[in-house]
Amino acid sequence: MASSLHWPTAVVVLAAVLLVGLLRWVAGRGRRRGFLSTVDRVTYQTLHTASLASRHLSDGLTPDAADKAGRHLLSILGARAVAICDGAGLLGWTGPGEHHGPDAHAHASATRLSGTLTVLGSDVLTCSDPDCPIRSAVIAPLLAEGKVVGTLTAYAPAASAGLARATGELARWVSAELDVAELGRTRTRAMEAELRALRAQISPHFIFNSLGAIASFVRTDPERARELLLEFADFTRYALREGGAFTTLAEELRNVERYLVLEQARFGERLQVSLLIAPEVLPVRVPYLAVQPLVENAVRHGLATKEGIGHVTITASDQGSETEISIEDDGVGTSPELVQRILDGQSRADSVGLGNVDARLRQVYGDEFGLVVETAVGAGTRVSFRVPKYAPGVHAD
Amino acid sequence: MTQTFSIIAVTLVCLTTVAVGGLGLRLSRRTSDFYVAGRTVSPRLNASAISGEYLSAASFLGVAGLIYDEGVDLLWLPVGYTVGYLVLLVMVAAPMRRSGAYTLPDFAEARLGSIGIRRLAALLVVAIGWLYLVPQFQGAGLALQLVTGAPQWVGALIVAVVVALAVGAGGMRSITFVQAVQYWIKLTALAVPAFVLLALWMRSGSATPEVPVSWAEPFVAVSGDDHPVYRSASMMVALCLGTMGLPHVLVRYYTNPDGVAARRTTVTVVALLGAFYLLPPVYAALGRVHLPSLPTGVRSDTIVLQLPGQVVEGIGGDVLTAMLAGGAFAALLSTASGLAMSVTGVLHQEFIRPRLARLTGGDAMGFGGFRVAAAVAVIIPFGLSRWMEPIGIATTVGFAFSLAAATFAPLLMLGVWWRRLSRAGAAAGFIVGAVAATAAATATVVAAPLSGWAGALLANPAAWCTPLAFSVAVVVSLATPGSVPRDTTRVMVRLHTPERIHLDHSRLID
Repeated sequence: MASSLHWPTAVVVLAAVLLVGLLRWVAGRGRRRGFLSTVDRVTYQTLHTASLASRHLSDGLTPDAADKAGRHLLSILGARAVAICDGAGLLGWTGPGEHHGPDAHAHASATRLSGTLTVLGSDVLTCSDPDCPIRSAVIAPLLAEGKVVGTLTAYAPAASAGLARATGELARWVSAELDVAELGRTRTRAMEAELRALRAQISPHFIFNSLGAIASFVRTDPERARELLLEFADFTRYALREGGAFTTLAEELRNVERYLVLEQARFGERLQVSLLIAPEVLPVRVPYLAVQPLVENAVRHGLATKEGIGHVTITASDQGSETEISIEDDGVGTSPELVQRILDGQSRADSVGLGNVDARLRQVYGDEFGLVVETAVGAGTRVSFRVPKYAPGVHAD
Repeated sequence: MTQTFSIIAVTLVCLTTVAVGGLGLRLSRRTSDFYVAGRTVSPRLNASAISGEYLSAASFLGVAGLIYDEGVDLLWLPVGYTVGYLVLLVMVAAPMRRSGAYTLPDFAEARLGSIGIRRLAALLVVAIGWLYLVPQFQGAGLALQLVTGAPQWVGALIVAVVVALAVGAGGMRSITFVQAVQYWIKLTALAVPAFVLLALWMRSGSATPEVPVSWAEPFVAVSGDDHPVYRSASMMVALCLGTMGLPHVLVRYYTNPDGVAARRTTVTVVALLGAFYLLPPVYAALGRVHLPSLPTGVRSDTIVLQLPGQVVEGIGGDVLTAMLAGGAFAALLSTASGLAMSVTGVLHQEFIRPRLARLTGGDAMGFGGFRVAAAVAVIIPFGLSRWMEPIGIATTVGFAFSLAAATFAPLLMLGVWWRRLSRAGAAAGFIVGAVAATAAATATVVAAPLSGWAGALLANPAAWCTPLAFSVAVVVSLATPGSVPRDTTRVMVRLHTPERIHLDHSRLID
């Protein structure tokens, strides 16, 4: 049966079938995009152009943004040329009549001062070129947080009421986009500030207790005191370092070990630590200071308030394309509602960076990679999170 | 007696695999010492693990069978299986590690910043994984049939079920130590019988095999229209360039802490594989001495398993056969688990989890999707192995290598070494390579047997598919400079800068 198959024919037929299928698919896509009426199409086009323009505005008012967004704004307005200025000068001119560019900033001076829409006629806009379409201008203010940060000018042969209203509305929309862009930048800055805050947040208790413990060894065991001081120095250097937001799990765990050495100097035999680390996951990149705050939390809240011996178990296991890291203590535990409030950011009471670690994990890897906290009063606490072995844009420095 | 011993050996291997899979984490080192963090996996241990995962049924049974069949031309085969790592060492090992990618699709995304190409790479990983799983199942069928007389599908089914259980239980993840031990088990299982057989052969007077000229002389065609030179060359291209596209091998490189360790690991892998591949030719040659012709209906893939029974009488032969059968099953299971694990991971991550998440509104974090993926990852190649039964083990593996060479080799090598690679170019080369290699393999299976140039070109497609894919990628890239990723320079600097140079400060530290 197989040998009777005529190969060239089979290949040609197969190729033809594939081609027809492809064409039908492409045609189908085109049809689905079709619109019913002219109004539909115009609405769609306007919204589409606006969305294209908004993409360029996400960096705020820059010459590059003015250049790229200007094209789309021009096509929405139907004017002949569009100029975008900020407080200092012209950012971008789109359309013909570019020889008016140097004057655009001066045209907008009234609007900049008053914050209202101005219309300039051919008495102000003179031109030696009889074919130049720049005869009148509508200038609308661009506001950010209520202050004038720039102007949007539409140039046309004659300024109509329609153009004036359209320009005013468009300027208001651009202002909203600029606000959104500013909001995004603020959020990034807040995240960075929070990370810096977490870095500086080596708790005063810890410094005080560590130095106290070291002091107690200075006479009885100077060698140990020296070692502990060196550990303390290394710990602070890591926790206060400048540089990238990511590190390897090996580095992070090394720092956790330093921290635990210092805590054990204070707690002695009361603090029992076991580490179950799969060696395969040590090169995995994790957010810097993602593990140590959780361990500190386990020691402080799980054990410090408890009588007798406390155990802390740190586990890092290989889960294929992900790594799971968990910190478990058999301390006093806490109520799930309180943990929920801390993770929601409603209560910052006394938790060393739990909410912060959670927020940073979610920001970097997405919402499904947040902290998982299992706890109950008197039942100990287990905090765990997963980290993908590869995530775009995550590199250790 | 042979049956009893062999069944015991095979059962033992299967049970161990399932047990290790079930125990999972508990087998990874447990310690309460401090400073475990400093103990990353050493290149030597990792190299053993890579070798353990890499040496499959094709190496254990197929290579000897092919040399027995075809003669000295096929001595290139073990060379090729090893030399692929040399290419990997020189071209991609360290940059791949520095890219931070865990899987091949990760690398595609890291280098080209495109989800589309990531998806394409994921599809190809699944395809190559399945194609490589097929011969493992076939090998299982053959081995079990020979030692117990069970029909071929029984052995394949056993391996499929064991692998699905081990992967689905969440085990066999990537426990480096277990895979490293696998290498030494396989080496012992193949070496001990080989040395016993060699000793007996020397004691009985070192008879030379009686073979036709086409067997003993290189590049002599069996029939007039066979093109042995082309076949060998194409096979070498496939093996040299295909190794870097094997999904279960590349994920192990992530375990290396840095690029230097990745290179050290690769050097050790070449040494370990070199040692292993000395053995299959011994079986092939001794097979020619003791079994000049095989009974009809017996495949040459089984020559390794048949030899001890022919040479050693009584219980000694039984024990050696059982040892080889157990070793073959260990080889099958470790490779099949590694492959199934890679395929399952990709299926789950790229195709099943996003859909599940959409269906359940993002709440499907459970293990269900992973088990479904594990089942799919095993069932489809099992079906394929029934369909592709008439093709020898090493030939199917050859297709997997050809497909890898025609797709991932251009992506990785151009991606690592050529700054002007564009997204469109990479995608075009990828698709052309995949379609050409798949079409050739399908044609060979459906229209077998072909002879002459058509047969040679279709059965060994790497020599024309790979250059085709390379040139398409280059030409399309040059034609579409607009789709060169904007951060290419930054990515390239990261791929090629040794770790001891701190990029932030651009100064050497020690």
